Amino acid sequence: MEFLEPNAYTYLAIAVVMFALGAVGVMIRRNGIVVFMCIELMLNAVNLSLIAFSKMHAVSGAFEEGVGPNPGANGSMLVFFVMCVAAAEAVVGLSIIIALFRNRLDIDINNVNIFKW
Amino acid sequence: MMTSTILFWIFAILGIAGGIGLVFNRNPIYAALSLVLNFFSIAGLYLSLSAEFLAAIQILVYAGAIMVLFLFVIMLLNLQEEPDVQKFDAKRGVAFLLGLGFVAEMIFVLKDFAQKDVSGEFTYGKVEAIGEQLMTQYLFPFEMISVILISALIGAIVVARKYKHT
Amino acid sequence: MTYLYSLIIVLPLLGALIIGLGGLMSAGFRKNEGLIGLLGTAAVGIPFLVILYAFFSYPGDAQIYEIFPWMEAGKLKINFSYQHDELSLLMGMIVTGVGMLIHMYSIGYMKGDEGFYKYFTYLNLFIFSMNNLILGDNMVVMFLGWEGVGLCSYLLIGFWYKDMPKANAAQKAFVANRIGDFAMLIAMFMMYKSMASVSEFVNLSFVDIIDHAHHGGFGDNTFWIALLVFIAATGKSAQIPLFVWLPDAMAGPTPVSALIHAATMVTSGIYLIARLHPIFEASPEVLSIIVVVAALTAVIAAFTAIAQNDIKKVLAYSTVSQLGFMFMALGAGAYVTAIFHVMTHAFFKACLFLGSGSVIHAMEHMHTVEDPQDVRTMGGLRKYMPATGNTFWISTLAISGIIPLSGFFSKDEILSSLFFYGEGFDLYKVIWFVALITAAVTAFYMTRVTMLTFEGSERFPDAKKPHESPAIMTIPLWILAGLAVVGGFLGLPIFLGDLLGMGEGINWIGHGWLEHIIHSENAHAIHEHAHENVLIEYGLVGLSMLVAIMAVFLTRNFYRKHGLAGDEKVRNFFGGFYKVMQGKFYFDEFYQRTIIGPFNWLGENVIKWAEENIVDGAVKAISEGVKNIGDVFKQLQSGLVSNYLLIVSLGVLAMLTYLIFG
Repeated sequence: MEFLEPNAYTYLAIAVVMFALGAVGVMIRRNGIVVFMCIELMLNAVNLSLIAFSKMHAVSGAFEEGVGPNPGANGSMLVFFVMCVAAAEAVVGLSIIIALFRNRLDIDINNVNIFKW
Repeated sequence: MMTSTILFWIFAILGIAGGIGLVFNRNPIYAALSLVLNFFSIAGLYLSLSAEFLAAIQILVYAGAIMVLFLFVIMLLNLQEEPDVQKFDAKRGVAFLLGLGFVAEMIFVLKDFAQKDVSGEFTYGKVEAIGEQLMTQYLFPFEMISVILISALIGAIVVARKYKHT
Repeated sequence: MTYLYSLIIVLPLLGALIIGLGGLMSAGFRKNEGLIGLLGTAAVGIPFLVILYAFFSYPGDAQIYEIFPWMEAGKLKINFSYQHDELSLLMGMIVTGVGMLIHMYSIGYMKGDEGFYKYFTYLNLFIFSMNNLILGDNMVVMFLGWEGVGLCSYLLIGFWYKDMPKANAAQKAFVANRIGDFAMLIAMFMMYKSMASVSEFVNLSFVDIIDHAHHGGFGDNTFWIALLVFIAATGKSAQIPLFVWLPDAMAGPTPVSALIHAATMVTSGIYLIARLHPIFEASPEVLSIIVVVAALTAVIAAFTAIAQNDIKKVLAYSTVSQLGFMFMALGAGAYVTAIFHVMTHAFFKACLFLGSGSVIHAMEHMHTVEDPQDVRTMGGLRKYMPATGNTFWISTLAISGIIPLSGFFSKDEILSSLFFYGEGFDLYKVIWFVALITAAVTAFYMTRVTMLTFEGSERFPDAKKPHESPAIMTIPLWILAGLAVVGGFLGLPIFLGDLLGMGEGINWIGHGWLEHIIHSENAHAIHEHAHENVLIEYGLVGLSMLVAIMAVFLTRNFYRKHGLAGDEKVRNFFGGFYKVMQGKFYFDEFYQRTIIGPFNWLGENVIKWAEENIVDGAVKAISEGVKNIGDVFKQLQSGLVSNYLLIVSLGVLAMLTYLIFG
């Protein structure tokens, strides 16, 4: 059962599958909120891959010995910031959806095509 | 077989299942709950990658705050199930094909990462490490986050506010 | 010094800009005719003073003032630079001096015209262009001025553009000039090609061109370059075959006719040929062509002038005829003489035109005559406008060649140049005879028009009397008349110098001034011949004096006796030929039939079809095609986010595939 041991490839594969699921969701779903959630899913897939890279590059014990930042920490920081931005984005996005609903009583994004030729 | 391996596979399968549930549930409430499942699984995967702080944040911010917000909005808008699409939709087919193609190619591209080891215990994801990083190297982006959050706050209020029709 | 001299160029341009923009922007400025007139006149008067200073402080060799490098392409390196030498300074004095007087005169003449500011803008712009033309040190700067004066001429002929015939006259002048300009361009290209083959850089400066020509560098091209430059000159200086625009150009305000179409612009062709004389020296064939064309122009224009009743038309044909005289001098290689005649002609012809303007002004103000330019409705005007009448008389005598007025000296020099060009009996003797006849005819028609206008019985309605023009118009008249009297003394004939023991020094313009810049073998030979046959020369001078005096005297008596009825007798004398003269030798009709007509036919039939079907068809096909393609591809722009993402994913997938397998 050695092959079941997770390595970087396994994590990345899971991230890719989640990302693809999110993308397909954006393409096929019509409910604005669900589309928005699919985007969150894609963001999380990317975060997962970043953490995987983070661990891949981590050095053991660097923090305790006070020899400077651990290279693995950079990925974590990036994920932290992505989360913050995602929180902000969720707030704005949901308010847009509410405004849309208020104007059209409907959040089917296939009906929102005022940028059509 | 070690416990961590078993846990990894459980989280992996639950995470993907959550994703599938999100994409294919026609009821938005179920979709949102599937996403919560997915977020929890991802938090578990973070733990297995020794990112304890981020795992906690994932549960607090995503599963806790953001998803509750989503659910509030869904219930506020009182959304119905999406009507089923009867006829064959070419766009759906193309979307699935594209998704599959993307997965296949990425898996092919990333195959070299199979040699990279991600086992073992590290301290980079501990609260102290993150905290030190935030206060030293990433101080400026950290401060900028506050600007982004405040502008998101104001923006959300402005967009969602009810205007008096004059 | 350069700063001071730059005023010559900059001030007229500045004047044009200030007057033009100020007039456009401010109605108050537009109304303030005194200020506009003052600015316009100062913008020409100050350059005149500067040129005078440059003239009197001239160090003796050509000065080149480089302003900035203009264009560089391969071997071509054109500098924006000006050249001060004997020729350009002399021309500059004529242009700015006469120009200043005419600006001054215009203040009175154009009084109350709604386009007053526009008029002075154009006039200043003209002086700017003309200064570029004569002071430019290379062909390209010269050409800039050459085109600029053409433009100003167009604008000023069509100054009263609401009148359709006047607008048409402007267009005609422009088109005729364009033909000449085209020849000029080809000449410049040929010069460049020839010079580029031997030197590393070509700046087309006159110094280089003349140097190149002296070394025979133009080779076989000499003939063509000379011919093309001459064709260019026929356009600007109104010679056969392109002279037809000048009589029509009289549609412009009369001071414009005086400045542009008599004194300055039309002489630029003569200036150019004098400037490039080594090329012409090297191709005697072109000199013969010039002299024949010039003689034909002179004689045809002179005979046409006899039968014209419009006072300005007479002067216009007289100008064409006098330009013919100048070209005859060029054709004989007597470039200095041609420039001398340019100068004297500028004085008396400007005076004549301004005088006619004064008359027209007076006739217009009577409001009783239908055509204020028709001599048949004038008569006896000298009583009412003594200043105009007297100056007109002086200038008439000058142009007729009455000794000792300026016209006599320059015209006599031309005649003797033609006579002494060759040894035996040749083409030039015939030309000389034609020129002598033309001189007699000139005296006749000028005296006729003066008699009909200023003497004899009054043929205009009695109710109102014409009145003299204001002082601002008569002062320039008197100055020009004075110059027309004394101008000739700058170029006294050399035999007189021999008689007085002063030698060649007596001819200041030729031997004190221009000899440094114009070296003509032909002119030298002419002087040799004249010197050897001094008795014949005395005879010639006597002959031309006699011809002029007789012609003027007889004509005066003839018209004093018969008045307007004299024209009847002239008509009977010429018989059927008079109709041809009256019809201006049918040049316009000839061009209408042979060139304009066929072109119109071509345009209306062949080109119109091609335009509608081929040109428009192609354009329409392209636009329709683009529209159809757009109709197909605009479907992509569905406005749906999911579709866009689909396409983005397709792109990502394609790129990934390329990275893996490519």
